[in-house]
Amino acid sequence: MTDLRESAPATSARTSVKPSTGSPAAAAGRSVLKHAVLIAVSIVMVYPLLWLLVSSFRPTEVIFRTPGLWINDLVTSNYTGGWTALAQPFGHYIVNSAIVVVGAVAGNLFACSLAAYAFARCRFRGRNLWFAVMLITVMVPIHVVLVPQYILFNNLGWVNTFVPLILPKFLATDSFFIFLMVQFIRGIPRELDEAARIDGCGHGRIFLRVMLPLMGPALATTAIFTFIWTWSDFFTPLIYLTDPNSYTVPVALKSFLDATSGSNWGAMFAMSIVTLVPLFLVFLFGQRFLVKGIATTGGK
Amino acid sequence: MSAISELSSIRTGRSGRPRTPEEKAARRRENGRDNKAAYLFLAPWFIGLVVITIGPMLASLYLSFTKYSLLQPPEWIGVQNYLDMLGDARLHHSLKVTFTYVVVGVPLQLAFALAVAMVLDRGMRGLPLYRSIFYLPSMLGGSVAIALLWRQIFGTQGLVNQLLGAVGVESTTGWVSDPEYALWTIIVLHVWTFGSPMVIFLAGLRQIPAMYHEAAAVDGATRWTRFTRITLPLLSPIIFFNLVLQLINAFQSFTQAFVVSGGTGGPADSTMFYSLYLYQKGFGQFEMGYAAAMAWLLVLIVGVLTAVNFLLSKYWVFYDD
Repeated sequence: MTDLRESAPATSARTSVKPSTGSPAAAAGRSVLKHAVLIAVSIVMVYPLLWLLVSSFRPTEVIFRTPGLWINDLVTSNYTGGWTALAQPFGHYIVNSAIVVVGAVAGNLFACSLAAYAFARCRFRGRNLWFAVMLITVMVPIHVVLVPQYILFNNLGWVNTFVPLILPKFLATDSFFIFLMVQFIRGIPRELDEAARIDGCGHGRIFLRVMLPLMGPALATTAIFTFIWTWSDFFTPLIYLTDPNSYTVPVALKSFLDATSGSNWGAMFAMSIVTLVPLFLVFLFGQRFLVKGIATTGGK
Repeated sequence: MSAISELSSIRTGRSGRPRTPEEKAARRRENGRDNKAAYLFLAPWFIGLVVITIGPMLASLYLSFTKYSLLQPPEWIGVQNYLDMLGDARLHHSLKVTFTYVVVGVPLQLAFALAVAMVLDRGMRGLPLYRSIFYLPSMLGGSVAIALLWRQIFGTQGLVNQLLGAVGVESTTGWVSDPEYALWTIIVLHVWTFGSPMVIFLAGLRQIPAMYHEAAAVDGATRWTRFTRITLPLLSPIIFFNLVLQLINAFQSFTQAFVVSGGTGGPADSTMFYSLYLYQKGFGQFEMGYAAAMAWLLVLIVGVLTAVNFLLSKYWVFYDD
């Protein structure tokens, strides 16, 4: 199993010497063709997103008549109107989502890093068994725990609070991230923590002072993925948040559909853009880490 | 490879066995400390495992043998739920819809991901930009906003019909409201999000030493031969990883179908995904026992498919170590 620290420098340093077949002219032709194909695919990929953005600045009647991306009469009423179209101003739902996201990120960072350290660096009885259990839980469909979890949280009076969305993260139920961090820790040279151990550090200090500072990329990947998945998560809030005041952004956005019965597309698009902006920003700043993080989990 | 080979071979990490009695005693003391520390570090995970995962799994197994509406205590009815599932035409239909989605959508998405990853050579001009563009939809694709966009794009007056009109093809088909096409619009959405498997493929392609290709090219191998004889076998563990992951995820798809159909699974149940039907049973009609039984059928299906995948992998997945 190659881990990030071994694979990343090795692969980037390995410059490619492409086997040359055919004349330079043919190679240039292939390169042009390749870029043409890639540009065509790129357009198909981003066109719907750009169209969504542009449409959010168009009067609703015009949206349905314009496939193009140019704006003749720019309006911002979709944003002002959409912001206040639901029971609460849209900012209220953004705050709700923000609370859930911050809680979920904190929970995953805290609990998954602890568990990962134990799996990667402690030798304890039953380690292999528990590690296998952890990996299997990655594959358990949430539906099978859904009903009893709902009953549990309902009996505790936590429906319509954010606890059911946050608490499980503090109990490391997103095992995928434990696995990701274990992989990463294994790439950190053991000499570092053995040296700390000889200096008299226990596991607690080694974890806090040696491991955590070195785990930056793995923690960043976890934080970014948790952010994106929690922000977009629709299923769990749909089940636990039935009071419109407690809606998170995706549920609020969906209730838009009911409230305006699909007639006010302009406002709906405008609010869609609003909910996509945080995702897009995280994507923009985090993609470097994400690509690395994904590469680690998929690597051999 | 990754999660998979982990299960069979878990590295013990420290090399060298203790030789002298003193060393052994020291190792034992150390292990004792390790045990205590490890269980402390794992405490949150253990609590989660019991309270949030295994406990509810057992409870849901029990509930699947009961009739339970949340209001009255569960009433034991034996295997009645499972018998009812045998005769539930809507459930069979939802399985068919889900299987169609998985069988068509997953391979198509992976094929796209691999094809584009192959075109994106290492050291290619503009690679980071292309990669970002292709990756973006898969980051946003799970969100309600994109599902709403999809609903409009494939609507009667949607973007697709406008574009068709622009090239001279008049169409008044409401793709999402036509039972014949509705599921396919969701499959298109799935394929559109090929970015995340693509990134994994890109990482895998980088690990294939360039010299293999060079040697083969010197021997006169064509591009196609090099693809089938070098790239595919060496990439097979990554393909397998993507396949297992995508299958498990695709079977649980929910948001897109829910939003595109307005929560009904319509038109005419054409987008009635299994998890959507489960949601309707459990949280629409409060047949919690039946929903629990449905969930266990899903576990069974996903489990069997994953196991079959692992068994078949012996014949096509190659590990070079």
